[in-house]
Amino acid sequence: MAAVGERAVEGRFGPYGGRYVPEVLVPALDQLSVAWAEARDDPEFRGRLDELLRDFVGRPTPLYRAERLGHLLGRRIYLKREDLAHTGAHKINNAVGQALLACRMGKRRVIAETGAGQHGVAVATACALLGLECVVYMGVEDMRRQAPNVERMRLLGAALAPVEAGAQTLKEAVSAAIRDWVTNVRTTHYIIGSAVGPAPYPALVRDLQRVIGDEAREQALAAEGTLPARVIACVGGGSNAIGTFYAFIEDRGVELIGVEAGGEGLDGRHGASLVAGRPGVLHGALSSVLADDQGQILEAHSISAGLDYPGVGPEHAQLRDSGRARYEAVTDADALRAFRELARLEGILPALEPSHAIAWLLNSAEASAQAAASAEGYDLVCLSGRGDKDLAEALAALGDLDD
Amino acid sequence: MTEATVTGGERVAAAFAAARDEGRAALMPYMVGGFPDARTSAAIAGAYAESGADLVELGIPFSDPLADGPVIHAAATRALAAGATLDSVLAIGERIASAVPVVPMVYANMILARGPGRFAQLLVEAGAAAAIVPDLPLDEAGEIGAELHAVGIPLVPLVAPTTPAERRREICRRAEGFVYVVSDTRVTGERDELPDGLAELVGAVRGEAPVPAAVGFGIGTPDQAAAVGRIADGVIVGTRLVRAVAEADGGDAAVGAVGGFIHAARASMAEAGRAVG
Repeated sequence: MAAVGERAVEGRFGPYGGRYVPEVLVPALDQLSVAWAEARDDPEFRGRLDELLRDFVGRPTPLYRAERLGHLLGRRIYLKREDLAHTGAHKINNAVGQALLACRMGKRRVIAETGAGQHGVAVATACALLGLECVVYMGVEDMRRQAPNVERMRLLGAALAPVEAGAQTLKEAVSAAIRDWVTNVRTTHYIIGSAVGPAPYPALVRDLQRVIGDEAREQALAAEGTLPARVIACVGGGSNAIGTFYAFIEDRGVELIGVEAGGEGLDGRHGASLVAGRPGVLHGALSSVLADDQGQILEAHSISAGLDYPGVGPEHAQLRDSGRARYEAVTDADALRAFRELARLEGILPALEPSHAIAWLLNSAEASAQAAASAEGYDLVCLSGRGDKDLAEALAALGDLDD
Repeated sequence: MTEATVTGGERVAAAFAAARDEGRAALMPYMVGGFPDARTSAAIAGAYAESGADLVELGIPFSDPLADGPVIHAAATRALAAGATLDSVLAIGERIASAVPVVPMVYANMILARGPGRFAQLLVEAGAAAAIVPDLPLDEAGEIGAELHAVGIPLVPLVAPTTPAERRREICRRAEGFVYVVSDTRVTGERDELPDGLAELVGAVRGEAPVPAAVGFGIGTPDQAAAVGRIADGVIVGTRLVRAVAEADGGDAAVGAVGGFIHAARASMAEAGRAVG
């Protein structure tokens, strides 16, 4: 792995990670590794990024004590409000950072994949901000489900590239973006949307998302004087979760809980790559994937487009194996109920992705009403995005649920 | 000499040497195993062997083929829907393996699913001569490379125009079988003309590697095959043939189309001869 100085960008997380990519991309990944190792220690780059995160993105985002939810659960609950970041989700942290890095590398064309459209909107936004050409790959099925975000990206000046292969969702969009990158690697930077993909992407995206946990840890200490007992985040590719967990990894007393998409339940279709996956290679990294005995990648399913992915970031696979974090799955139905619950209790419409994290809290309180109420300490949940994008999908599904 | 005493690497070397002795480059057509269905695919493999292929690159269908373009991806999807598996496709290769060296092209996840040791054994049992793993660069070859090496099956390395000279020299120094030179930074698909710098890249690889250099990605006409054959040791034709199968009206037409192309390409290559020794 190419890197400079003492702080090399990690390429492996235990056995996971690596670069399972066509040879043509290896030099670009080497270049990206070196560029990031230099940029993240460069005060000028850091200063410019911090300025944009503050003035453009609106950081730090608040840590909000959810009183009524806490009352229902019998514990103190804090929400890290990434839904209040510009464009409505944590995705913007990574998009602005990588777009700035693209400028530094002299690459004026940026490509991205998107599932729900949040990452695509974030990248289109960052490219508009910095004057970069932007192409977003999106599955035709996702374009249908997320029409408002398609319009948003176009308004921001991005070109949409519809992907018609396979199930026409996120997995195919990532493959199409990687193909574009293979073709145009000399002029183009690929901004991947989660802590997945070949090295150095999982480390790069984590480094850009760790601002969530760094801020939250400081805010939590200021509010409570002690660290939270549990830190909870939803996991699709896992960027908001790794960004939230990272600041707490050395705090051994803090329990880290990642919540995956249980879909219709683990016996049916789901997106729980860590809970119910196997070791395998998808999109350039060895991690935990949903695949059959032949090694064919399976279609994932989740009510939440952002969790509808059959792979997961390699660092999560390592955290699972080491036992430092634990991962559980929550069904579509439970996530939908949590979506409605948070709206009614707190006046916050969460995205369906973090609704899984809220649902886990509701389920765990139900499962052990006594224990939860009497357990020491408080919980911190990453509310990774706002739910406006999900309204049509969620309302229809809630209607079915109530029938 | 019986086949059992000949390693895959030796069969690959012999195929390139035989073509060179005829004053031309070796022709290596690619096929998606199991596409459009098992029976037609077996007939296509037979047509490859009979029409003048010196080696056959046998693509094992994978759900997410990152290194392939849309034509091959669509063919792989259809083959999988028709029930293709690693075993069923290797069985197709086995039927022609005594006539022509077969080089399976397999994505890493399918090898890991079986286990590298078991995978190497399956290749031996199917009479495969070498293997290409397009998403396994030098740095990741590790156990898969070691297991294949142990059974005498070369893991063919790839070199791209973007590969820096120092890295290219290292890849070439360790190369077994042949070096697969990617002729453009675009993924597999057909091009109108040969890219700039290809002759220099192939020249460098031929000088640095102890094995032949074959060029692939984007060769679409017999004339292009002939032009590449003048400067390289081998010519790989992929998308052009898969598209011919996809567009053919029925299995017989597909078999006729690919056989005709391979025959024409080989004739053009023989006529053009070679500009390098």
